[in-house]
Amino acid sequence: MEATALKERENQIHVTSEAPFDIVCNKDSLAGAVSQRACVFCGSRVVLYPIADALHLVHGPIGCAVYTWDIRGALSSGPELHRLSFSTDLQETDVIFGGEKKLYAALRELIERHAPKAAFVYSTCIVGIIGDDMEAICRLVQAEYGIPVIPVKSEGFKGNKRAGYQAACDALFRLIGNGDTTGISKYSLNILGDFNLAGEIWMIREYYRRMGIEVVANITGDGRVADIERAHGAALNVVQCSGSTMQLANMMEEKYGIPSLRVSYFGIEDMAEALYDIARFFKDPEMMERTKKIVEEEVKQLAVDLEPYRKALAGKKAAIYVGGSFKAFSLVKAFRLLDMQVVMVGSQTGTKEDYEELAAITDPGTIIADDSNPLELTSFLTEKEVDIFVGGVKERPIAYKLGIGFCDHNHERKEALAGFEGMLNFAREVYSSVMSPVWQFVPRKKKAERAS
Amino acid sequence: MSKNPPTFNKPKRPNYISTTNACKLCKPLGACLAFKGIEGAVPYLHGSQGCATYMRRYIISHYNEPIDIASSSLSEKHAVYGGGPNLKLGLTNVTEKYRPAIIGIATTCLTETIGDDVKMYLREYAEDTRGSIGLPTFVNVSTPSYSGTHMEGFHAAIREVVAQMSEGGPRTKTVNLLPGFVSSADYRQLIEIMAAFGLGCTMLPDLSETMDGPALLEYEKIQGGGTPLKAIKAMGRSQATLEFGPTLGAFASGGDVLKEKFSIACHRLGLPIGIKETDQLFTLLETLSGRPTPEKYGKQRGRLIDAYVDGHKYIFGKRAIVYGEEDLVVGLTSLLTEIGIQPMLCASGGTSGKLQAAIAAVTKDTLVEQPLVFEGMDFFEISEMAEGLRPDLIIGNSKGYPLARKLDIPLIRVGFPIHDRVGGQRILHLGYEGAQHLFDTITNAVISKKQADSPVGYSYM
Repeated sequence: MEATALKERENQIHVTSEAPFDIVCNKDSLAGAVSQRACVFCGSRVVLYPIADALHLVHGPIGCAVYTWDIRGALSSGPELHRLSFSTDLQETDVIFGGEKKLYAALRELIERHAPKAAFVYSTCIVGIIGDDMEAICRLVQAEYGIPVIPVKSEGFKGNKRAGYQAACDALFRLIGNGDTTGISKYSLNILGDFNLAGEIWMIREYYRRMGIEVVANITGDGRVADIERAHGAALNVVQCSGSTMQLANMMEEKYGIPSLRVSYFGIEDMAEALYDIARFFKDPEMMERTKKIVEEEVKQLAVDLEPYRKALAGKKAAIYVGGSFKAFSLVKAFRLLDMQVVMVGSQTGTKEDYEELAAITDPGTIIADDSNPLELTSFLTEKEVDIFVGGVKERPIAYKLGIGFCDHNHERKEALAGFEGMLNFAREVYSSVMSPVWQFVPRKKKAERAS
Repeated sequence: MSKNPPTFNKPKRPNYISTTNACKLCKPLGACLAFKGIEGAVPYLHGSQGCATYMRRYIISHYNEPIDIASSSLSEKHAVYGGGPNLKLGLTNVTEKYRPAIIGIATTCLTETIGDDVKMYLREYAEDTRGSIGLPTFVNVSTPSYSGTHMEGFHAAIREVVAQMSEGGPRTKTVNLLPGFVSSADYRQLIEIMAAFGLGCTMLPDLSETMDGPALLEYEKIQGGGTPLKAIKAMGRSQATLEFGPTLGAFASGGDVLKEKFSIACHRLGLPIGIKETDQLFTLLETLSGRPTPEKYGKQRGRLIDAYVDGHKYIFGKRAIVYGEEDLVVGLTSLLTEIGIQPMLCASGGTSGKLQAAIAAVTKDTLVEQPLVFEGMDFFEISEMAEGLRPDLIIGNSKGYPLARKLDIPLIRVGFPIHDRVGGQRILHLGYEGAQHLFDTITNAVISKKQADSPVGYSYM
């Protein structure tokens, strides 16, 4: 790897069965290495973004707000306040004399204009430096308008995306416990860590409804303030995308005694396992019967529908680079279901345990990478002769420039990839890139043709 | 002089404290784009990791091209003790991995506020690395995002590049061309035009290839193309500078620096959008080259006038809202005015203080009624005013789509960013050919709207 990785990064890359497992992770990105990671603010913003009836005000200069305007494909079944980008747009004078006055005035103006159910106020790098007392301003406005006004401590430089998840969880935790929980079923749960991209949470909620379970709060896809305020009345927290909301589940367990289950909604295996785990938790034989029936019905048709894709894609090679490592597990399994081979897998924010588990479930020779960068990713893709790369917007041009297929699997996508039908969409997505006739023209294929 | 249209009601401009859906981007983003148009350059942000990642994503979504922006990745302790060590480490790492010819360093609001002195760090770094071979050139620019928009960042980066790199000496016949921020197709068009006049030209920046490259076998660490460093050095010896930007002037531009340091005459024109503004460019090029306009462009101009005539009735008296970067808004307004569309509102997030006068300059000969012109606007304000203005179309970047959708009128996509269509970097705005493209697009959008709304569904105009 010395040809592609900076020396300081070599121990953040592991090739399975080349050496005993060891990887360094969860450290600050190396200066100048062009990390694919973002910042604390980004972590908080993506988690809280889908709460549709809250005001999301970014306190800082314009950049942070404008780059996060309407970027998630997080749908709402009602209000769409989350899709607007609010900023205090701090100017030089605010930086010199402090931004508290402007924040106060902006908050009042926006609350009066939009009548939100709550307001989240995000701090940015600069607010952390000039020392605005956001807590005090929020308290003042909360008292004035009688809605929760919550500061999110998301100064960009105070860590990476993970720290931002924590700040978002802290903010959510301040909402929880404010609502009335009477009348909540003993078969009830909160959905944590699904962001309702392309309507995915609606599919998941429908499974739970068929199982006979009441969903108390979506945290945060298609989220509502009032639901989150009574989330402490649920019997169980079901946590997906564990990186972003596991902390919240832990805090809720400690304070309210609510147990949690980690699940993944991606791929047939994991989706079915999620429903079974939940049915087992409630120890209700009838619910288990209903669950078996749901899985059976869904999978039967799916197996038939997937077959042509599996046939076409069998043996093709895939590379994965995603934000959270938990998604990577599901993707490895999903590719296996399509008889495809995963040759590289990495994430921005995985833990050592995550990578160890990934190394265990992938084939020998697979590259495992933490906090990678464009130059490394490029060399992995070329070296492994990959047919499709799964990642986000920043990874896409890397694949396309080299003439390699690509599947968007991030928070901007417009295709539902979760749930049973999501697996079919995923197969279709992969198929429509890998099987496109355009690759016949790219230099990579031309070279391969000449060589054979 | 036409007499269109009669006076219209001019709604008051709302005055809000908060910003909603900004019609501008932040200063360092503009600097990164400007640096990206230099051969062998890696843009570098001295700040926390998020800035670089956010801007990369934003730019990639428009160009569908790789753009690596390095970062100092500052964390809490750096914010307290200063970002110097991380800046130096970052520069070393970028140098090692990318082997760049130049690293363009832009600051962010974080490093400006903690008071990092980048110039001093670079001097120290030069001391530390004295005697090393293969070191890139460093250029730095101060871009605090709480002061000015991405366009100020763009122009400031260009200014610093020439201020820190260009050298004087015996005069050459070369013309410096500083077009500002236009599409890759526009940069290509300008290169062609200059060549057709036989003018040696150094265009800065040049994003024609760096952000619109071919499919490749081997990944280029730094995409090919861009203004060569050698040419930038020689800019201090050119015969003249040609700078697009009717709203420039609130601060020193690249052209101003070249004039002040090397006494190079600076010709400032509007972006050549539409016949009138393009004519100004060609007239100047005739003077500078001593040659008549090449036949190719005479023919383009002739075809364009013919097209204007063929299509004029479909669009006459239509009402438009134009938004985006100030210079772009001026150019587009000039085009709309000369084809008989009434600009109702010209809006920008920028605050040069010069927009109103620049709009008046390109419209006063034709328009009976001046449009509303506002700086410092966001999309919430534009949207609020739009209702009373009853526009038939809006012209600007993708971010106006929600407004177009709400009003059920066409959005003519121009400028940056184009996030909801492919090929944003290939939209041609400049020259007679650019005007041809825009005219056809605008006219067909109006025709298409009428056709779609018609109960008949005719297929013949």
